[in-house]
Amino acid sequence: MKALVFGSALALAGAALAQDASKEIQRYRQMIAEGSPAELFELEGEALWKKPQGPKNASLEKCDLGRGPGVLKGAYARLPRYFKDADRVMDLETRLLYCMTTLQGRSREEATKRVFGTADQPSEMESLSAYVAAQSRGMKLDPGLAHAKEKESVALGRALYLHRAGSWDFSCASCHGEEGKRIRMQDLPVLYKPEHARPVIATWPAYRVSTSQFVTLQWRMNDCYRQMRTPEPNFGSETTVALIHFLTATAKGETYRGPGSKR
Amino acid sequence: MRAALALIGAMLALPAAAEPTPAEVQKAMQRDFHPRGQATMERLTQDGVQRVCTETRDKPPAEVAKALEADQMKTIAFPEGSLMGDWKRGEAIAQSGRGMTWADKPGDAAGGSCYNCHELSPQELSHGTIGPSLRAFGKTRGSGPEIQRYVYGKIYNAKAYNLCSQMPRLGLSGTLTPEQIRHLVALLLDPASPVNE
Repeated sequence: MKALVFGSALALAGAALAQDASKEIQRYRQMIAEGSPAELFELEGEALWKKPQGPKNASLEKCDLGRGPGVLKGAYARLPRYFKDADRVMDLETRLLYCMTTLQGRSREEATKRVFGTADQPSEMESLSAYVAAQSRGMKLDPGLAHAKEKESVALGRALYLHRAGSWDFSCASCHGEEGKRIRMQDLPVLYKPEHARPVIATWPAYRVSTSQFVTLQWRMNDCYRQMRTPEPNFGSETTVALIHFLTATAKGETYRGPGSKR
Repeated sequence: MRAALALIGAMLALPAAAEPTPAEVQKAMQRDFHPRGQATMERLTQDGVQRVCTETRDKPPAEVAKALEADQMKTIAFPEGSLMGDWKRGEAIAQSGRGMTWADKPGDAAGGSCYNCHELSPQELSHGTIGPSLRAFGKTRGSGPEIQRYVYGKIYNAKAYNLCSQMPRLGLSGTLTPEQIRHLVALLLDPASPVNE
């Protein structure tokens, strides 16, 4: 009996500890949601947007992100979508890469050499993403869903989400498939549910506090596949764009409020 | 879970397009991925288990599951002698999430990523919840040869017991060595292990 009482006391203490830890994590999350360093990346991105570069010594100021050459306002909120000039669906980063190769005359190889940066040295793509995304703050997510290739892209994204592959047999749904689950202390959104996808997609790209890096959706897809133990997805490929497209379609209608902060 | 997955399309009211088959998805991935480090392209070729679980949204018909689980059971090589190693080493293996990614060095020791999904030792509060809690696992089940064999087999190849389990086949995939799996068996079953406090 004594042992039993002692055991219960221990279990209670354990539960209280777990609750404290959870409260601490919530406080920390709130803290990082306020006052994001993302603005620094937005400023750097603006400078890069206007900087002449590449063999054509051109800036990106005439880049057409879907609303006309050079129009930034609301452009990010309407991506991914189909672009006739490239005859494919593109997300922000894929479109930026397209403009680097067409307007600035840079090779794809050179322009993608370092798409994901480090804490010390952010990448050009990250800063540009911050700058462009910020011009859609307050606007509703409205990705392209009407064109046949847009429909195909969302369907491929949905199928990819459920496709099991790699050394550990994972699909996206292995972790993001059931409500109320965690990896370690990290809550896992079920991203095919609009109520879960909305707050997540509305705040990417984002400053990541745990690594002091600004991270993009292409990076997020890449790093999920790393942890799924597959080979590496190509930057801006139809596969990564399709997943981003599917997630954004699921979050459609949510007001964009990024670039935000992540754990 | 099953109902939710089946309803994805309907719930979202997204524009309809023919859903790509697993073979088509695999082809798209083979086109769009490249090998890096130890993560080779062969990893994208679905085996029978991955294919059936993708096609059936992780709910295979009972007879299919039974037949494939029996096949998977044949992949498990049980070592001679005791299956109980050292729970202290097991705890370190359970904590580590390293191994098998394109960023991990091929020869380096991998971990089991156990705490990512399971509660084990009560001292470790930072545990995931995708898998069931394994706290006091051996306390209620003992530590005899039969349960040792079950735990070893389950870690070696979880799909032999539950075809579409989300748990990786940690032995069959080459992530953990037989010796490492023995240490994990001890972590779960040894009466001295904190799991069984």
